[in-house]
Amino acid sequence: MIEARQIAVTFNAGTPMETPAMRGIDLTIPKGDFVTVIGSNGAGKSTFLNALAGELRPDSGTIMIDDQDVTNWPTAKRAGLVARVFQDPLGGSCANLTIEENLALAHARGKRRGFGLSVSASVREEFRERISRLNLGLENRLGDRMELLSGGQRQAVSLLMAALQPMKILLLDEHTAALDPKTAAFVLELTREIVSERNLTTLMVTHSMRQALDIGNRTVMLHEGRVVLDVRDEDRRGLKVEDLLHMFEKVRGSEIDDDALLLS
Amino acid sequence: MSQIAFLGAIEVGFLFALVALGVFLSFRILQFPDLTVDGSFPLGAAVCASMIVVGIDPYIATFAAAIAGAGAGVVTAWLNVRLKILHLLASILTMIALYSVNLRIMGRPNVALLGETTVFSPLESLDMPMYVSLPIALAVLVLVMKLALDWFLNSEIGLAMRATGVNPRMARAQGIHTDRYIIGGMALSNALVALAGALFAQSQGAADVTLGVGVIVVGLAAVIGGEAVMNTRTIFRATIACVIGSIMYRLAVAGALNSEMIGLKAQDLNLITAVLVTLAMVIPGMRMPFRRKRKGGASS
Repeated sequence: MIEARQIAVTFNAGTPMETPAMRGIDLTIPKGDFVTVIGSNGAGKSTFLNALAGELRPDSGTIMIDDQDVTNWPTAKRAGLVARVFQDPLGGSCANLTIEENLALAHARGKRRGFGLSVSASVREEFRERISRLNLGLENRLGDRMELLSGGQRQAVSLLMAALQPMKILLLDEHTAALDPKTAAFVLELTREIVSERNLTTLMVTHSMRQALDIGNRTVMLHEGRVVLDVRDEDRRGLKVEDLLHMFEKVRGSEIDDDALLLS
Repeated sequence: MSQIAFLGAIEVGFLFALVALGVFLSFRILQFPDLTVDGSFPLGAAVCASMIVVGIDPYIATFAAAIAGAGAGVVTAWLNVRLKILHLLASILTMIALYSVNLRIMGRPNVALLGETTVFSPLESLDMPMYVSLPIALAVLVLVMKLALDWFLNSEIGLAMRATGVNPRMARAQGIHTDRYIIGGMALSNALVALAGALFAQSQGAADVTLGVGVIVVGLAAVIGGEAVMNTRTIFRATIACVIGSIMYRLAVAGALNSEMIGLKAQDLNLITAVLVTLAMVIPGMRMPFRRKRKGGASS
């Protein structure tokens, strides 16, 4: 379970560039929830995800993961609890390391690293078995550098990497945004499989309202650093993209002008 | 080039291969441009020589030199990760400070080791001249260090260090405390360089505060030169390239200085170095288009 209480972050505080990114976000995510997060540019989606991951320390507020206060934990310390897939397909892996080396890095997430061989014969077998389930033919390319893979293949491997070790929360940061529609659908389906297979608590930031309603069991809308909409299960089932748009316009008090939200 | 000049070049080539391995760790693995090297090389020489002349066992003195080098690396890394000083500047600050520290350690600008027992003294009892046995001994040592470094960089900790250099954000997300790995890697890098300094002082018979001038460029020349002549896609190959690069560099310098007709003299050494490094950096770039076609993206 994740509890974010009154999280506030202001960038460049005290300068003319002062930007409040989060103005007191309250969100409780029970175990097993799959939350999609939407909002226009600058709504605070990425900032919120960064705060949960530990990349950014909030100015005020607390973050609890399973009743443990992790607000002041750096990213590396939280890694045993949090797994993350980045938007940039290159961001979630090391381009000039091999596929199996990248998997080995993720395999040791949240564990003590030692002087033993990072890619032993036994873990290589495990990696081969796991990666073959992606049906991308990568099981025979474990020694290839990550940079040789396509964006979609990299995101699929990143998802696999995130799922190698147990976690309390999976953070997906618009992880299909940089992919073509067909690949995006494949990665999204893979996400759905992994999340349901392991009953993971998941937070997925997306730019697409369609996606936000289709996947997961709960949708949260952020606007100007606050939670302005939080619908789940029964209430969400009947919602259409148009309904979401109406709510969006209401909170913004203006016509929607973000093409990405309308078109996707 | 005479046989003695040739073997002398090989000897110094193997010695500076240790510097090259250290520079490879900082520049290539951690992507941390580290000029501390110009200070940690004479630091190793100063610590080792000062300890030997007061009667301390040369092996202990050499080990202490490596530890001192590690300390210098920690200072530079700490200035960078904790005090947030730009890596290049942090390393220059340590390098400058080490000049004074080295003078303090020795108490004077140089310490002679003539007649003292060094780690190379056992070689004198062998049935071959020193100019032959010394390069062989150093080759064995460099081989051992290279294999140890290969094993380290392929271990879980070493892999985490490589990830720290390539993609620190991803590394943190995998639970890697990148600051600690930068400090550890810089310590290891400068320990190797100080070890080279200690061995250099013992093989040349003196430690001098000015030994460090240009060591970083020589180390880089070896790393870049090695990359220019071979594919360095695996760690195993990359560390071989450091050793080969270092020896190539020394042979090129010895060749240039020994050929009568060009008319180069010892004082031209730094100019030759600069020209060689420039060539090593530019020539592979000019070949790049062909390489890419053949191998699908070669070394970068």
